[in-house]
Amino acid sequence: MKIIACIKQVPDSEAKIKAENGQISWGDAPLVINPFDEYAVEGALQQKEATNGTVTALCIGPETAKEALKHALAMGADAAILVSDPALNDLDTLGAAKILAAAIQKIGAEMVVFGRQTLDNGAGVTSAQTARLLGYPMLGLAGSIKVNEGSVTVERVLEEGKQIVNAKLPAVISVVQSIGEPRYPSFMGIRKASKAEIPVWSLGDLGISAPEQTIKRTALATPPARETAAEIITGETPEEIAEKLADKIIAEKVL
Amino acid sequence: MKTLVYIDHFKGAVQPSSWEALGVAKKFGAAIAVAFGENASEIAKSAFEHGADEIYIADDAALKDYLPEQYASTLSALATTLNPSLILFPTTARTRELAAMCAVDLNSNVMTDLTGLEANGDSFTATRPIYESKLFEEINGTGKPVIATLRGRAFPKPNAEAGKTGTMHKVALAGEVKSTVEGYSASESAVNLADAGVIVSGGRGVSNNPALTPPAGLDEKGAELWRAQQGFALVTELAKVLGGAIGASRAAVDSGYIPYSHQVGQTGKVVAPDLYIANGISGAIQHLVGVRNAKIIVAINKDADAPIFKVARYGVVGDLFQILPALTAAFKKKLGK
Ligand SMILES: Cc1cc2nc3c(=O)[nH]c(=O)nc-3n(C[C@H](O)[C@H](O)[C@H](O)COP(=O)(O)OP(=O)(O)OC[C@H]3O[C@@H](n4cnc5c(N)ncnc54)[C@H](O)[C@@H]3O)c2cc1C
Ligand SMILES: Nc1ncnc2c1ncn2[C@@H]1O[C@H](COP(=O)(O)O)[C@@H](O)[C@H]1O
Repeated sequence: MKIIACIKQVPDSEAKIKAENGQISWGDAPLVINPFDEYAVEGALQQKEATNGTVTALCIGPETAKEALKHALAMGADAAILVSDPALNDLDTLGAAKILAAAIQKIGAEMVVFGRQTLDNGAGVTSAQTARLLGYPMLGLAGSIKVNEGSVTVERVLEEGKQIVNAKLPAVISVVQSIGEPRYPSFMGIRKASKAEIPVWSLGDLGISAPEQTIKRTALATPPARETAAEIITGETPEEIAEKLADKIIAEKVL
Repeated sequence: MKTLVYIDHFKGAVQPSSWEALGVAKKFGAAIAVAFGENASEIAKSAFEHGADEIYIADDAALKDYLPEQYASTLSALATTLNPSLILFPTTARTRELAAMCAVDLNSNVMTDLTGLEANGDSFTATRPIYESKLFEEINGTGKPVIATLRGRAFPKPNAEAGKTGTMHKVALAGEVKSTVEGYSASESAVNLADAGVIVSGGRGVSNNPALTPPAGLDEKGAELWRAQQGFALVTELAKVLGGAIGASRAAVDSGYIPYSHQVGQTGKVVAPDLYIANGISGAIQHLVGVRNAKIIVAINKDADAPIFKVARYGVVGDLFQILPALTAAFKKKLGK
């Protein structure tokens, strides 16, 4: 089975993100594969093993995003493709979905695996938008995936419980953490990835023009900093501490 | 101005933040509620009481289970007929999908998880957290209609007006069936962290009570799980007294103490309760990004240097197995429960 994993490159979660002159900066923090998309690669690799298939990692981003694709290759993906074009600097989610859908059609796949959401934008909608554009069923928030002769069954992890859903392939699946810890790149994998030539596709290669942007950022704001020191409640006994703490909380009028 | 408001529910239980979305719609003009599902008609009464002027219902046995493609097609068809300026959803796992698909159908786009929304002539200006709430962006949506999902508890909940009614319309189900629901296993406890006003959470520390002796015959892992159960029982007791939900750190989830749906943080849920009580949670950055929007954080931890104390308003440096039962008892007494 041919599988595609869609991954994005984002600043590391530990990065100090700041707004500077209307621009976002993360200092010299490293750019990494979106942590949610590591689960997507993991889920895709599990299916590769289960079906004797192949995994292609797909990313829209600048030239530097090749590093995120190399991470996917080192984990065990067979191929990687970067879609990069100066016209794609300000993509919104539907724009990204249009590009991904075009690239997915060009590559060809029975299963397309997404992460739950991006760390930077955090919309969690690109997968469903891509599915809708392709006309594929959307199986969101899968904690496990099982393929069976042209159809796929996933266990969706929802607030209210788990739901078992079945659909015909090709399908779009987004995965959550329950899919399993992303495997560490092997030594061989890292060697292979470091030598890999990653093809770069432009909009011209996909035969489409830059999507129109309907959501535009007009300003950035930094949330107010949280206080830095807790008031530590002390006392002779747990009961005394508990009494004081309960009074403090009640006085905050949050109950 | 006309706004469609999608009322999200699971088997008839409405996500309370749907009412918040109705409140926002009313601010802009007419609020038209939409609800799909078997027995969705029963939702109409509450929708009217919370401010809906009209409601469109697809009440059909075939809609027993939430099916993204059909729900989206039905909603898009309705939007094409009614031509609203805005479609609002409460932010949930389901509505992210529906809003995403409607945005494709209607050739617009979707602004997710908003914490602010203002009308601005023909367009809408919205505020939303990005980079795990490290920043907020202001965005301008110019699509027709503008489609948005609203973060739970970010907007005021309208007061219900008992007895208020409006017009109910039936709509037919549209769209193609693309998937079938084959089964469903309810989690032991329904977890609705996004709407919770109070969350009591447990981390790896809930299993750390050497004084407890597990029943004979358990291996090491079994004994750890047994200890964790005792710890989470204390967390649950306090949550009950405060009418709150139960959260967890990833370490607690990964160790199998409690299901994944309780996880708060980067790979779990982002929550915004008025009160968040963290027990035996160290306060790793990936956990903290999930609680940044909590009004008051209280931390109970043995380690005075735990990073959780840097974001907490109140802290207790101590053993949760001693503090939690005392705190539950104190609240029971003071809140008259
Ligand atoms: C990509 C990525 C994503 C992640 N996403 C998340 C996420 O979504 N949510 C999340 O929570 N984590 C997440 N993590 C994990 C995170 O980094 C931490 O490992 C995790 O939050 C630690 O959980 P903890 O605080 O329960 O455990 P620990 O860090 O082990 O802390 C346990 C705490 O309990 C205290 N303690 C022990 N015994 C007692 C006692 N008897 N009484 C009182 N206190 C006691 C200890 O002093 C300690 O501070 C993520 C990590 C990565 C790399
Ligand atoms: N630039 C991108 N390149 C490849 N995949 C992406 C990109 N942006 C988003 N995705 C995929 O879409 C998912 C959801 O993204 P979002 O809707 O931005 O939260 C991510 O987890 C990725 O799997």
